[in-house]
Formats: sequence, structure tokens, C-alpha cells
Amino acid sequence: MTETTLSPEAAEKPAKLPFKSKSLYEVDDLTRKRNAAEKRFKTYGMAAIGVGLFFLFVLAYTIISEGIPAFTKTIVEVEFSLTQEQFDEAEGQLFKTKAYEQIFIGALQGQLQESGVSVPFDATTIERIVGKPGNTIRSFFTANQDKLGGPAAFELAASSRVDGYMNGRVTRENMTDSRFLQKTDLDLVDNLVEAGVIKTVFNWNFITGADSGVDNPGAAGIGASVVGSLFMMLVVLFLSLPIGVAASIYLEEFAPQNRFTDLIEVNISNLAAVPSIVFGILGLAVFIQFMHLPQSAPIVGGLVLTLMTLPTIIISTRASLKAVPPSIRDAALGIGASKMQAIFHHVLPLAMPGILTGTIIGLAQALGETAPLLLIGMVGFVARGYPDGFIAGFTEPNSAMPAQIYTWAARADFAFYEKAWGGIIVLLVFLLTMNIIAIILRRRFERRW
Amino acid sequence: MSLFWLILIVLAIAVVGYVLGRARAMSSAGGVRSALHSLPSYYGANVAMKAAVPALLLLIVWLLAQPFYVNSDISAMIPDSAISDGSSRGLVLAEVRRAARGLDNAVAAGAMTEEFARNARADFNDITVRLKEAGQIVTSEITQPVLRAAQRYRVLAAAGNFYMTIAVILVAIVGALWGLRETNAQFRARNTVEKGVRVILIAAASIAILTTIGILLSLVFNTVEFFKLYPAADFFFGLTWSPSFSGRGGSSELGIIPLLWGTFYISFVALAVAVPIGLFAAIYLAEYAGSKVRAVAKPLLEILAGIPTIVYGLFALLTVGPLLLSVFGDNGIGIMKAGTAVMTAGLVMGVMLIPFVSSLSDDIINAVPQAMRDGSYGLGATKSETVKNVILPAALPGIVGAILLAASRAIGETMIVVLGAGAAARLSLNPFEAMTTVTAKIVSQLTGDADFASPVALVAFALGMTLFVVTLGLNIVALYIVRKYREQYD
Repeated sequence: MTETTLSPEAAEKPAKLPFKSKSLYEVDDLTRKRNAAEKRFKTYGMAAIGVGLFFLFVLAYTIISEGIPAFTKTIVEVEFSLTQEQFDEAEGQLFKTKAYEQIFIGALQGQLQESGVSVPFDATTIERIVGKPGNTIRSFFTANQDKLGGPAAFELAASSRVDGYMNGRVTRENMTDSRFLQKTDLDLVDNLVEAGVIKTVFNWNFITGADSGVDNPGAAGIGASVVGSLFMMLVVLFLSLPIGVAASIYLEEFAPQNRFTDLIEVNISNLAAVPSIVFGILGLAVFIQFMHLPQSAPIVGGLVLTLMTLPTIIISTRASLKAVPPSIRDAALGIGASKMQAIFHHVLPLAMPGILTGTIIGLAQALGETAPLLLIGMVGFVARGYPDGFIAGFTEPNSAMPAQIYTWAARADFAFYEKAWGGIIVLLVFLLTMNIIAIILRRRFERRW
Repeated sequence: MSLFWLILIVLAIAVVGYVLGRARAMSSAGGVRSALHSLPSYYGANVAMKAAVPALLLLIVWLLAQPFYVNSDISAMIPDSAISDGSSRGLVLAEVRRAARGLDNAVAAGAMTEEFARNARADFNDITVRLKEAGQIVTSEITQPVLRAAQRYRVLAAAGNFYMTIAVILVAIVGALWGLRETNAQFRARNTVEKGVRVILIAAASIAILTTIGILLSLVFNTVEFFKLYPAADFFFGLTWSPSFSGRGGSSELGIIPLLWGTFYISFVALAVAVPIGLFAAIYLAEYAGSKVRAVAKPLLEILAGIPTIVYGLFALLTVGPLLLSVFGDNGIGIMKAGTAVMTAGLVMGVMLIPFVSSLSDDIINAVPQAMRDGSYGLGATKSETVKNVILPAALPGIVGAILLAASRAIGETMIVVLGAGAAARLSLNPFEAMTTVTAKIVSQLTGDADFASPVALVAFALGMTLFVVTLGLNIVALYIVRKYREQYD
């Protein structure tokens, strides 16, 4: 195959052959050139695949390395007692949490001086390290007034800069002195870490908690938006699965070849390629502007995502209906079943694994979709708590995972970026689980005919 | 909440109808199943269907029609004099609805009594103060006509809901009775039920059409509304984009050209990344790779397409942007000012599009008949020569289709450009400058604003319309080419 002796010119004028030797064992220039071109071409292909996989690897590495710190938090473990007089005095002041903070900082300063920390520090240093503990302390003592006077153990969240220092986001080299943290503070932090006062623990609050305000990245959690996403997925599942299956059954089994059927088919294939933000505009105009459904509610998000996933589900359902051999239908019809019975009792159960696989993949797509949610107001809303009750879960404003990630990414404080990456890990864990379930379903239950 | 209960009641009636219908059929056959025309469950299903379907249909139609009626009624109540300059009837109506909702919430929270909220003689200043106290959002624009209209709105809405509940339940009961009446041993229940099911199937299939109509209507209506407030020629040919949110957008310049330029520039960069990589990857997978490599590499590449776009957006904003900035920024070459730029968004979008190009092209290359390859090899061509001179020309239409589909994805992509491309609309050739796109501007124009009556909010619909038309055009052309190509080798 490497020899090119068959060109027409060569046949006509054998005297003017471009090469002398005709031996297959000697490689001439042209062949060498062509082989080199062949090798080059193959390398390009391998390089292209390599580049694609390289990007995938970089993406995965970035997500994991940037997101893992969101799952840990830095706490300051202190014992602290408050007398009844101090409590009354603090409650009497105008800025109550501030007053608690002052008392706490004073007490901690005393404790540290007693324990003989070698580094010089003052009250403002402590204030910069522990962030704003006033509210935690106040709510603890107002709830447990009997604990007044005795020592109570506190696990207070360290300020976000100290947190950043502990997990490597902030280093002595890259930080600048500011009113939030100064380089000298880090000496005290190092000392406290050695003493076991400051430690890093797993941040359950990130998984179970709700979003915090703009000024408190440490307390931000993704839990509430996971619930929001869950309610949205329930809407999508309970609408798109029946509607998608019904539409596919009609199109695959009953639809006559006519203009109407063609119209539906063209619409489905076009809807599958419409940009997702256009569905957001549809949701905004129809569900919020026209029907006055509540803004940023999971039900609106669910409806929009349903319309978006329907084409995907219809396409995969039709494929799995088509895969059921006609002999099944014929056998059912032969023993007296109606066409409807043949399909609902025999074809549909056999196609079910394929349909469920397609549905799960469609749901996974919907779960990660962000753009339509921006338009129906899921971003402006700060999900500060869980919905109270099942129905409220659908109608009360909430956030959703991707919208929450976007909100964090859009905030100015760098500490929120870490939360956004952590949120992405949570989102990807959900997506991965769904895809694995889909693969298992396909492997275990799909029949090959 | 009441809607939820109404649906539950209708469903309960249907369930009761099912049980009764089944029992009635059995008793009419004297307890002998074989004397019935259809299985007993079909008689029950017949009754349930006749109870639930018309009632729920009525419910949907009512819910859609009621706002129209109420709006036209309310609209007539507002004299032209109550509409101030720079405002519109739609804006005042939105105000009315907001006031009505405020009253509702205030009553629910116990801040005022129902009588007070309905009191026709109530003074608007008094109501405004009370609403503010109840924590409701009220603007200064509640005037006496608005308040009257809001009160009327509440009355109409309450009456509408009351009549709707009665009508729906009545229809459900009548339907159930009708179904029960025709139930006897000779009744062909299966045929009736199956006819009904078939109608439901057709309705489900029609939702695709309804969605398209919904998209078109919501875009067209609001776009027309926008062009009433802002000249269409300025929108399509304007070279500046500078919306001003103050003064109802009176001084805004809303030219789409800079946005389209940004969109196409970013898409071009993305395709310049995705097409060579994707195409070579497809060629390698289809022609060179062994089955083992293929089984690993193809799904891995396709993971790139399954990652949510928000992840790519964050990747662009926090990783690629700073990386490019360190090379091309002030510390490096010095032509890049901020991390968000055309290049940032384009590169990341290109990565996202690699599997689109590669998977589609792979399928298309595989569809080229083996006989053409064999012919080429038989003439002594090498693999790469075969690919370049035989397979690619044969697959070209399909590959063009695939690239067009990828382009339509790139143009419609939102999250990457919202996070990675910047917010400034400018006409520039420098790929390291921040530019913005149609999709990014749709997001920024619509998330801030709750009512849609000013040109700066409505422009998003005109942008959406443009986006829809462009992507639809690309899709139709691409699908046509791909289909034509498939027929060629089938």
C-alpha cells in the first residue's frame, strides 16, 4: 500500500520515472514524505484528543482543589463565662451584640495572657481573628439563662481571612495589612493553633445550612438551595415523565403521517436546540407576567425546566419504544388486546428501563441549568432558610443549586468564591450519582432483542 | 392553596366515580364478569375520566381567561388623566396589582381588617401608611384611582375564584353522573376510554407546539410593546448600548450592534478552538483509534458536554481569566486590562463545544460507507490521504451542519459569557478586551426589574427575539443539511 507505482504517467512513459528503484524493500523519497504526512496527521488526532482530555483533567483538578476548603471551617474553641450583671448590662445597651463582643474579647484576652502566649497582642487582634461572635454568644445566653455565671464552651467561627490562612488561600506573602487582618495577627494564630484553641473541622453547616448575608461568608451553606433544587426536580419529574411518555407513545405508535404530526416533530427537534435563556424569557412572560405565579418559586422553575427537558425525554423515549420488537405488539393484538392495551400492558413495561434512563439524564441536565433561573428571579433571592412545609416548598421563594453558585460567584468577597467551588462539588456529586444510576439501569435492565 | 384543594376535590370525585362505576357495571351484569362488554375497570375509568377531564379543562381555561376579564374591567376604571407622562397604562395596572397584593398580604398578616381593605371611602394616604406599617412594598404611586382599582381588583378576583370553584366542582359531579348513567352491561366502555386516552395522548404531544407558540407570543408581544417606546431602526442599527435606568429609560441608547458584535466575536473564538480540536478528535476516533481507546476516550470527552455551564462560567471567571491576565495583562504583554474578556469566554466556551463537534462529526464520519474507504485504499492511498481526499469531502455537508449546530449553541450560551466576558458593550477588535453579548444583556436587563413597562426592561424581549430568530435559522439550516446528508448514504 505504500508504493505508488500505478500513476498513469508512469505507465505511459516508463523512461521518466521519478525514482529508479522499484524494490519494495527500499523506501523512496515520496513514500517517506507520505509516511511522514501520515504520521503527522495521526499525531494531530492524538493531540486533539489529548488536549480535550487535558482540559477535562484541568477542570476536575481546579474544581476539587478549589472546592475542598469549603467543606472545612476554622473554629476558635474557648470557654467563657458570663455573670448575671454582665448579662444585664449588655442587654441594657443599644448595640447589644457589640457589648457581648467587648465582654468576650476582654475575657479571652485575660485567658490568653494567663496561659502565657509569647506573642504580643491586643483586643483588636482578637477581634480580627474571631470575627463577630456577639450574636452567637447573645443567643446562647438568652436561650440558656441558667448557664449564666458558670463556664460555657463555645466553638466560634474564625473570621474568613483566618479561615483563608488556615486552608492556604491567604498566605503571609500575598496578604496586605488591612483592618480585617494584619500580618502580625498570624503569629498569634500560629500560637493558638499549637495550643489547640484554633482548629479546622468539617463544615457540616456548608452542606446543611442556608445562605448567609453578603458580609458573612463563613456561615453560608448550600442546604436550602439543595432543597429548592429538589422541589424543582419533583415538579420536572412529575410533569415531564408522564407528558413525555404520552407524547412519545402518540408519535411513535398512533400518529398518522400527516401535516399535524410533521408540525409536532419539527417543533420538538427545534425546541431541543432553542437556547435555554429563551425558555427563561418564556417562563418570565407566561408564568410570572401573565399567570402571576410567585417569583423565584421552585414551581415556576420546575415548569420552565419541564418545558426545556421535554424534547430530550421525548427523543429518548421514542428511541426505546422503537427498540421493542413488533412481534410483542403482534402477539398481544393476536390474543385480543386492543392497540392501547398492547402498548400500555406490554410495550411500555418493556421500554421502561430505557425511558427511565432518558428521564434521569434529562433531569440531570435540568438540575445543572442556570440561565432560565436567572430570569425568573431565583438569583435576587437570598435563601436564608428551609421552606416550612411541603406545599410551601413549591410556592415559597427559594434558591436552587446553580443559582446559588452564581449568586456566590457574583459577590465581591473572595471567600464566597471558595463556597461557589464547594457548591459545584455538591452539584457534580448529584449529577454523577444520577448518571451512575442511569448507567446501572441501562446495564441491568435494558434488553437487547 | 385553594387551587390545590380544588384539584384534590376533583380527583376525589373521580376516584369515587371510578368505584361507583365499576360497582354499577358489575351489578348490571348480575355479578358475572363475562356478561360485560369490557373489563369492569374500564367502566370505572370511564366515569373517572368524564368527571376529571372536563372539570380540569374548565379550570385551566378559567384560570387563563380570568386575568383578561379582570384586567379589561380594571383598565376601564383608570381615567387617562391618572396616567402620568412617561408612564403607560400597563405600568399603572402593574401598580394596581401590586397594591391589591399588598392589601391581601396586609389582611392575611392581620394589619388591617377585610372591611377596611374594602372600604371604598378609604383615603389613599391612610392606606399607604397602613400598608407600609404592615411591611408591604408600596411606591409613592398609589393614587385614589389606583386604590379604587385595586379594591375592585380584589373583589373581582375573589368573586372569580368563588364562581370557579363552584363551576369546576359542578362540572365534575355532572360528568361523573353522566358516566354512571350510561354504565350498563352493553356499554362499550373500553372503546370510549381508549378514545379518551388517545385524545390525552394527542394533547400531550401538542405541548411541543404550545411551547413554541408560547415562546413566540411572549417574545412578539413584548417586542412590539418595546418598539412602541423605542424606534426599531435605532435598535437594529444603533452603534451604542447605554441603558439608563433612571427616568424610565428616556435617555437610553439601545443599539444592538455592539452586542451582536460581542456575541459573534466570542462565538468565533469558541469555534476557532472547538472546530480543529473536535474535528481531529473525531477523525482519530473514527479512523485510527482501536475499540479500547474509543471506549475510553469518547465517553471521557463527552463528560465535557455534560458539565453544567455554570461550572464553565466559574472556571472562566476564576481560573482562565486570572491566568490570561498574568500572561497578557500589565505584568506581561500589557494588552489585557481585566480577567473578563472575549478571549476568556471564547476559550472556555470552545472547550465546552469540543464534544459537540467531535461526537456529531464522529457519527457523520462513521456514516460514510466503508466501500469508499476500501476503494481509496485499493488505489494505494494512505489513511490520511483517504481522510483528506475521500472521507472529508463526502462528510463535509454533515460536518458543516455539526459546526452550525455548535455555533448556535455558542450564540445562545449564557452563563459563560455572563461570568467570563464582562459587562461593557463595545465595538473593538482586541480579543483581550471585555465585551458583552445578547444573552448576557438579557440577563442583566431582566433580573433587576420586576415590572416590564420601561424600554430598558422590554429591550430584553427584543434581544431575545433576535437571539431566537438567529439560533432558529441556524438550527433549521443545520438540521436540513444533516438530514439531506443522511439521505444521501441511506
